[in-house]
Amino acid sequence: MKIIIKDLRASINGQAILKGVDLELDSGHVHALMGPNGSGKSTLSNVIFGHPAFEVTGGEVLVDGDNILEMEPNERALLGLFLAFQYPVEVPGVTVGRFLKRAVDIRAGESKTKGFVKELREMMDYLEIDQQFINRYLNEGFSGGEKKRMEILQMLMLKPTFAILDETDSGLDIDALRIVSKGVNKLREGNFGALIITHYQRILNHIRPDYVHIMYQGRVVTSGGGDLVDALEAHGYDWIREQYGIEEENDVQSVSSD
Amino acid sequence: MSNPSAATDSQTVQIEDYKFGFHYPDSSVFKTRKGLDADVVRAISKHKDEPEWMRDFRLRSLEMFQKKPMPNWGGDLSDINFDEIFYYAKPSEKKWKSWEEVPEDIKETFDRIGIPEAERKFLAGVGAQYDSEMVYHNLRENLSEQGVVFSDPETGLRDHPELFKKYFGTVIPYTDNKFAALNSSVWSGGSFVYIPPGVKVDIPLQAYFRINSENFGQFERTLIIADKDSFVHYVEGCTAPIYTTDSLHSAVVEIIALPGSRVRYTTIQNWSSDVYNLVTKRAVAYENATVEWVDGNIGSKRTMKYPSIWLMGEGAHGEVLSIAFAGKGQEQDTGGKAVHAADNTSSVITSKSISKDGGIATYRGHIKVEEGVRNARSHFVCDALILDPESGTNTYPYMDILADDVTIEHEAKVSRISEDQLFYLMSRGMDEAEAAMMIVNGFLEPLVKQLPMEYAVELNRLIELEMEGSVG
Ligand SMILES: Nc1ncnc2c1ncn2[C@@H]1O[C@H](COP(=O)(O)OP(=O)(O)OP(=O)(O)O)[C@@H](O)[C@H]1O
Ligand SMILES: [Mg+2]
Repeated sequence: MKIIIKDLRASINGQAILKGVDLELDSGHVHALMGPNGSGKSTLSNVIFGHPAFEVTGGEVLVDGDNILEMEPNERALLGLFLAFQYPVEVPGVTVGRFLKRAVDIRAGESKTKGFVKELREMMDYLEIDQQFINRYLNEGFSGGEKKRMEILQMLMLKPTFAILDETDSGLDIDALRIVSKGVNKLREGNFGALIITHYQRILNHIRPDYVHIMYQGRVVTSGGGDLVDALEAHGYDWIREQYGIEEENDVQSVSSD
Repeated sequence: MSNPSAATDSQTVQIEDYKFGFHYPDSSVFKTRKGLDADVVRAISKHKDEPEWMRDFRLRSLEMFQKKPMPNWGGDLSDINFDEIFYYAKPSEKKWKSWEEVPEDIKETFDRIGIPEAERKFLAGVGAQYDSEMVYHNLRENLSEQGVVFSDPETGLRDHPELFKKYFGTVIPYTDNKFAALNSSVWSGGSFVYIPPGVKVDIPLQAYFRINSENFGQFERTLIIADKDSFVHYVEGCTAPIYTTDSLHSAVVEIIALPGSRVRYTTIQNWSSDVYNLVTKRAVAYENATVEWVDGNIGSKRTMKYPSIWLMGEGAHGEVLSIAFAGKGQEQDTGGKAVHAADNTSSVITSKSISKDGGIATYRGHIKVEEGVRNARSHFVCDALILDPESGTNTYPYMDILADDVTIEHEAKVSRISEDQLFYLMSRGMDEAEAAMMIVNGFLEPLVKQLPMEYAVELNRLIELEMEGSVG
């Protein structure tokens, strides 16, 4: 799967957040996306998935050549995309088991989900999630880390071709981080790619990225190999600011004047 | 007019979104004229060949009905024209104990609703009312052998006159409210249930109420007496065709739960969108008795119904579970009431409502603790889910606490279906309608899981039908 994002612009309540994102992603590789708070990383994930709160004001998201921006979120999911949310919502009254069964049925077709319960139990064991969670209401009352693990469980059950993990590592203890990374690496054995959004190097030590992209004020300002992470760790975002901040202000002016 | 079996004409069958909107030609064998006065009441009474005391009771009730003003609260009832309604329509000359004998169009109606099938599968007894009369009544033999009585009230009055008279109208007097007075004057059909001491009827008895005629008023009357330490679960269901004019359903249900007994009364109300549903339901629970009302209101144009429980004996317990769905053009004004009149009594009222497409769901809860009562406990929870900006919800909790040793907990919550929830589920592959349905089901789940499986499935199915076509 090849995902090409071209000059993507999006706003919320009339305020521009994505200001021309260019980014190429593909299955078969792990990409990392880093960038300061508020630079637009979650917005990019949401817009790729079609969150109704954001208005796309320009650009394209091509998945294997087709622009997906007119599709409903569920149609995008069925292309093989998955988003592990930074803040998974609670869905009271809907059990994890029922929800996952339905999601897997939709993804795989009902006839193919015979071994569902068995697989679910195995995956839960693999991610060291207590089996009790099958009967709990989705994300309701889950701790921060439990929610993140639940996202990864969903990912393993749905077997996407390309997954975006939006700060799945934040708030995880060391063991949970190892487990979550294990989950991602499991999928990596097949035709799978991911965009890992993170602020920390530690997850990238477990899941080595092939590419690193840096987002700043609504755009991807630079991309590179894994060594870019080391540069960030050493220097912070200051050098990005120095290099791209001025340009940004010009851009703001040009946006507001047209 | 009196040849019901020939009346099945598939041309006249209408099916709209509302699955039960069809009707068959009016084949009543006897019908009073439009409107209501003492002559109409006498005609009903005469036709039923009932004792004088009942006729006088009806006439007294009529006077009360005429005297009482319309309620000045609750849903808008100003469109009801009492002069345009038929108050009594008798569908057939007799009632049957086997579906084979029931006239074809009536039988087909109940087949389409699924009653005979349900009876075979999981019911202990079934009563089926068509307009004003029960046309079918059957009870499993082992239960009648144990002395269980399950009949229409007319038969109850004839065969068990003392028992009937002892309790009839004692829980809900004809003076109670305008619609109770109306029902008391023209009541017809319904159920009379008696469970002898110690008998536990472990699978439900079900009565099904069907309106077929146009401009019609259905006024069934139900009296349930659970003797000491007995148990019964009684279920009622209701549907009607869709006409362009309004119909009226105004029932009275009285439950007497004698010491140690337990009565569960489940309603799945799915009247068509032109029925005014104005029902008075009340139970008295004596020492250590338990009464549970499970009240699902999905259909109707306006519903005003607040099942109540009078906890009269020490240790009595009452529960009301109310589920309301208010869709386009609907007002569901529902809730529950508990009156604590004895020590160590407890009540739980739980209400969940959903409003959509401009529907309005209103909750009215009333807790009363009488003077000097010790250790009364009450818990009421009211949750409303609003699906779109056009729809609304109101909550009116009343408390009337005249004692000190009382524990009351009250929670009320209004939520809207959130864009983020929909987006989350859609990102997992569900389309918008299914995602909304899943959220609604989840909202109801804590209540629905307390229902017997068959009714939980039925309720979910009805709500699914209501949800269809509206989202996405
Ligand atoms: N629903 C919203 N309403 C208003 N502003 C929003 C909304 N969502 C995002 N924004 C704004 O868009 C900008 C980008 O937010 P976004 O969540 O995409 O950042 P992020 O890069 O994911 O940051 P973090 O690293 O803190 O998660 C922020 O300034 C944020 O306040
Ligand atoms: Mg973010």
